[in-house]
Amino acid sequence: MLSPELGNFALALAVVLAGAQGVVGLWGAHRRDASLMAAAPALAVGQAIALIIAFAVLVHANVVNDFSVKVVAENSSSLKPLFYRITGTWGNHPGSVLLWCLVLGLCGGAVAIFGSNLPSAARARVVGVQGLSSVGFTLFALLSSNPFTRLWPPPMQGMDMNPLLQDPGLAIHPPMLYLGYVGFSVPFAFAVAALIEGRVDAAWGRWVRPWTLAAWCALTCGITLGSWWAYYDLGWGGFWYWDPVENASLLPWLTGTALLHSAIVVEKREALKTWTVLLAIGTFSLSLLGTFLVRSGILNSVHSFAAAPNRGVFILVLLGILIVGSLLLFALRAPALAPVGIFAPLSREGGLILNNILICSIAAVVLTGTAYPPFADLLAGTKISVGPPFYAATVFPLAFPLFLAMSLGTALSWKRAALAPVFRQVWWAAVISVVIGLFAVMRMKALPALGMVAAAWLVFGALADIASRISLFSQPPRRSLARLMGLRRAAIGAAVAHAGLGVTVAGIAGMSLAASAVVFLRPGQSTNIGGYTWTLKSIEDRNGSNYKAAVATVLVSHDGHLVTTLTPERRQFPIQGITTDEAKIETNGLRDLYAVFGEERNGGAVLRLHDNRFAPWIWFGGAFMALGGLLSLSDRRLRVGAPRPAAAALAATAR
Amino acid sequence: MKRKHRRLLILVACLAGLGVATGLTLAALRNTLVFFLSPAQVAAKPPPPGQMFRLGGLVLKGSVRHLLKNGHPVNDFTITDGKGSVPVVFGGVLPDLFREGQGIVALGSLQPDGRFVATEVLAKHDANYMPPDVVAALKKSGEWRPSQGEPPPAASWDFGVKTKAGPATRGG
Repeated sequence: MLSPELGNFALALAVVLAGAQGVVGLWGAHRRDASLMAAAPALAVGQAIALIIAFAVLVHANVVNDFSVKVVAENSSSLKPLFYRITGTWGNHPGSVLLWCLVLGLCGGAVAIFGSNLPSAARARVVGVQGLSSVGFTLFALLSSNPFTRLWPPPMQGMDMNPLLQDPGLAIHPPMLYLGYVGFSVPFAFAVAALIEGRVDAAWGRWVRPWTLAAWCALTCGITLGSWWAYYDLGWGGFWYWDPVENASLLPWLTGTALLHSAIVVEKREALKTWTVLLAIGTFSLSLLGTFLVRSGILNSVHSFAAAPNRGVFILVLLGILIVGSLLLFALRAPALAPVGIFAPLSREGGLILNNILICSIAAVVLTGTAYPPFADLLAGTKISVGPPFYAATVFPLAFPLFLAMSLGTALSWKRAALAPVFRQVWWAAVISVVIGLFAVMRMKALPALGMVAAAWLVFGALADIASRISLFSQPPRRSLARLMGLRRAAIGAAVAHAGLGVTVAGIAGMSLAASAVVFLRPGQSTNIGGYTWTLKSIEDRNGSNYKAAVATVLVSHDGHLVTTLTPERRQFPIQGITTDEAKIETNGLRDLYAVFGEERNGGAVLRLHDNRFAPWIWFGGAFMALGGLLSLSDRRLRVGAPRPAAAALAATAR
Repeated sequence: MKRKHRRLLILVACLAGLGVATGLTLAALRNTLVFFLSPAQVAAKPPPPGQMFRLGGLVLKGSVRHLLKNGHPVNDFTITDGKGSVPVVFGGVLPDLFREGQGIVALGSLQPDGRFVATEVLAKHDANYMPPDVVAALKKSGEWRPSQGEPPPAASWDFGVKTKAGPATRGG
């Protein structure tokens, strides 16, 4: 019943439906034809359903080990546990492209379903633009990376999946990341629709915000999970390598963060319209460039994906049409988007502009560092690479002013702000930060200590923001509590997200205290690293479902008391002839004890042992940021119907 | 404040941001760029000791030795491209796919005694994979001619026999 041909047919159907959705939506909105405009969302839902069927068929083929399907034969095996047979669906190129198309289709369907409070012309245009981008990517999936290609004769056994990818982290990391990348297609579609219509107003800002926020949350989760996965699964003990693949996900996150903030200005003050539209286009373009340039093998990375030249050309043409087309439209129509709101440089708007300038500058240097090596190779033939020192020298000097501005900016009032209330709000956060900095500088080097100051400033600045909003200490506690209960979720969300960034910064700065060493131990021998005594108790063999493992048992003690027992493994996967290190981590929320079993030699073990102070905070902070986004997303005001332009202007002056 | 002034101010702020970003980038590119060198290039024009660069080539057959210094394992091996070879010292855990004959890339710097001290060794998780930089270096050194087809499997590479360069025969 669920044969790959059905999947192929569903995918082809999705291409046709997406094309119809694009033409009907845009043409209907242009002709103001009510029935055509109403048809576009229905087609979008149809396209989403077709893609769900196609994806379900592929998952089914993986689950039942249908090795007559090429991607299953090449990337799976019947020895693999069921869970990894499911997640393995998107662990290869064609499968991940189909997942990408599915998410794009679901986004289109979501706009169609949840956009019922949009004016019908706007909804038809947005859905239409979504449809046109879907055509490109579903066509790509169908023609040049078809996951349903059959193999004849089918092999008895598959070639198995790269063991590194057989990890729970992979189950959620790529879908989250894709949800983020592709989620930015919705603001993109809104931007293009607004350009076609030639109008951006406060209502537009309010429609775009929840979609941007949702995509941003997913991308934040995706990046955090990816960094965590690299930390514990790759067993390198680091969390960020400034690798092109990582940068490719960071770039849309940066511009997406800028978009999130500039959309607030559009919503509240009807200013920064052209800029916001440009950011929406730029963010989705960077999402596309990132995923596909990396996947096409143009960027050289430690995360290697198989490169196929014809795919690269197809994708480049597709990206060219999408990006150049939308930028051309922008150049033609942007002058029509005149700003309405006027504001002084020292105001919330001014602060948000500063935020945008700094974030986009960071994005620019990251983009330069990522794109420079391949261009230098292409143009001058010199083989160079840009490593962490480059990013340390360029990103940090831009990040610290951003951190400084973040806690000040939330204290500024709209339109025209004075400095005195800002200082009244944040002085105690500044004092605490300096005190923490004094403590930090006694234990760490200057730069991490400065990082700790910035972290404290962000966390306490966010608390100060909430404290001032609920008039803590200037009003009776009961009234403050009542105000806290009545506080807008968006305000709480912003504070949580800002504090979350602070927690991440603290984690990164605190990692400078980490201690690690590579040691050779025989059973019974021990070593001291980072205030702990690590003893190798034994090395044993163990059989897994599709691998054999050597397990080292390491006892970690502190002052003679046993803290934990770590059992890092080396796993051998016979089908692919690959060995992996399974790192083991014990965390107490403040530090990670981390052990990697590097090699077994002469009856002893080569172990890499880490005492990573503050490391868990890096991912806690990421989780806080995403939580802040979700809180903000749950704000009622984003869900109730957007106000008509007149009402929005009134609301803006009232604030 | 007039709209014209406000716009000017925003423009100046944007230019300042862009200017700072450009300045930082240029300064950083000058100081932190890491070049990729093949053993032949190192032999021809060795970079000053202490300067970080990436060294790529094949692990010479028979050159790998695992030593122990104060309880810390140290790996000695030689990276070659057939034209030259560089002795490498690495104090970390070697990647799982590190084996003799494998194409690898090491990040580190030269010591005054001519040894390359690596802080990172990369080998891809694929037995037949050759890092693109290494492929280019091999093409350049003439050890692999693309006109003669695909490069032979990595495991069969053995320059210890072919080359006459001094250190390349060490331990082989």
